[in-house]
Amino acid sequence: MALGTVWVLAEVGESGPTSLTYELLTEARSVGSAVAAVAWGPSTAEHAAALGEYGATKVYDIGDVGETLPGVPVAGAIAALIEGGDKPDALLLPASYDGRDVAGRLSARLNLPVLTNVVGLSEGGTESQHTLFGGTISATARFTGAGPHLYVVRAKSFAAEPGGGGAAEVVSAPAPEPGATGAARVIARHVEERSGPKLDEASIIVSGGRGLGSADKYEMIEQLASLLHGAAGASRAIVDAGWVPYARQVGQTGKTVKPNLYIACGISGATQHLVGMKGSKNIVAVNKDQDAPIFTVADLGIVGDVHKVLPALIEALKSR
Amino acid sequence: MNVVVCVKQIPDPAAPPALDPTTHTLDRTGKLILDDSDAYGVEMGLQLASGEGDEVTLVSMAPGGEVSGLRTALAMGAAKAILVSDDALAGSDALGTAKVLAAAIRRAEPDLVLTATESTDGYTGTIPAQLAELLGLPSVTFAKKISIDGSTLKVERQTEAGYDEVECPMPAVVSVTAGVVEPRYPSFKGIMAAKSKPVDILTVDDLGVSKDEVGATGAGQEITGVAKAEDRGAGEIVVDEGDGAQRIVAFLQELKVI
Repeated sequence: MALGTVWVLAEVGESGPTSLTYELLTEARSVGSAVAAVAWGPSTAEHAAALGEYGATKVYDIGDVGETLPGVPVAGAIAALIEGGDKPDALLLPASYDGRDVAGRLSARLNLPVLTNVVGLSEGGTESQHTLFGGTISATARFTGAGPHLYVVRAKSFAAEPGGGGAAEVVSAPAPEPGATGAARVIARHVEERSGPKLDEASIIVSGGRGLGSADKYEMIEQLASLLHGAAGASRAIVDAGWVPYARQVGQTGKTVKPNLYIACGISGATQHLVGMKGSKNIVAVNKDQDAPIFTVADLGIVGDVHKVLPALIEALKSR
Repeated sequence: MNVVVCVKQIPDPAAPPALDPTTHTLDRTGKLILDDSDAYGVEMGLQLASGEGDEVTLVSMAPGGEVSGLRTALAMGAAKAILVSDDALAGSDALGTAKVLAAAIRRAEPDLVLTATESTDGYTGTIPAQLAELLGLPSVTFAKKISIDGSTLKVERQTEAGYDEVECPMPAVVSVTAGVVEPRYPSFKGIMAAKSKPVDILTVDDLGVSKDEVGATGAGQEITGVAKAEDRGAGEIVVDEGDGAQRIVAFLQELKVI
């Protein structure tokens, strides 16, 4: 059994589709016989070539939703297509802020179940894989009823590879009037400053946790990340404590990362954190508690004080 | 102002998880506790509903009339709770759960519904938007700050790049991230008071929800298999004798990243 038409909810920013969008299109190509993207925003048509290169033959352009939060209008536009008879066997949605909103709205509106936190597809896309309990258990699931089947997929579950297709045909699919449910409006957008590569695109990540002791010590993490040309990450504990912005959080509620090298400093390794980083190729951990769960996934574990090991490491890297 | 906070009572995440061997659903028959993620919503609700006549109502769904987690949130200061408990709900998926919670929430006629962004155990993260759609309400997810100006919510919503300032008329559904506020610890007085606070325990029939839409039969999905995930296997663990940094440098050289 395999899927016929597969749609991908594509997130397209000013600089083009997100990496997760490319991952979803690549997987859609492998499980479906026809792939279309559904996108919103003012510049979708400009990126029809990029979407096509990764496998979309068609892109449904919802258009600019303005200051309305995207969940309601985007789900409305997709529901209108489906109710109009143009429906896919499956829709792959990104496990992003807006992707989850669209999935929830669409699910309730069309009375369709959703499978979330998908990390793999099998049996031609009719079965999905999920990790549970901090990655200790792997579950396989499937839908029991008629589609379209909604899969919300976590980042880094699939490798993005261009398929060499031509530009996708752009089809207008405007959002219907959202009504009272679409009343949430963005008044202002704030971009938090970041130096170095993006967390989910970096090949080296240095993360800090509660073991750093205080917010000012996070500077060591940033310095180390910068010396290694990597990105600085964080555990949920220090994000909750307000030491660093949420955008830095690695874990179940934060970002899933799979860098070549992950260095965990003063992070005990709660399941919440492990699920977001245990797919890293190489893991180094520094923690003073030798029973910390982080050591169960570390390739090199240093049982020691981050306040001694990190300054020495920074000096050693600087002097090279 | 009436604030409803949805809370989930879950098996202690610190204990090893158990899955039912035949249905592969999470074994929730043991003692349940308040999901840590929900303490933030409860605290936010208490801070927003601090005026004269304001009140926080908890809404939860759990097997066996479980109230342990609800008592924790009542001890923090919530006024009362609605618990939906029914054998017919075993095996419900997120959409089925949202239908039940929506029906219970309607009874409380809230001005504001707060949820976590996702539960710690199932972590599907779709319930806030599903609830809002079922209730016909606007929603703002991933709130990291909330204030109220008249009948308008002002929310700072987490985004990939930073955050957005969002305005939304009430009533509305808002999901809050961990860290939105620092949850209070229940006081001794609060714990004592919680014992006599009202908990309305309802069945699916009480809510007028069809049994075909909930539980394992209503779930449009099933888990067909579970397996222990492959262990990464621990590598070399060494105690720092002053050479920790050098060992890391050597490892980085081996990887050719420096």
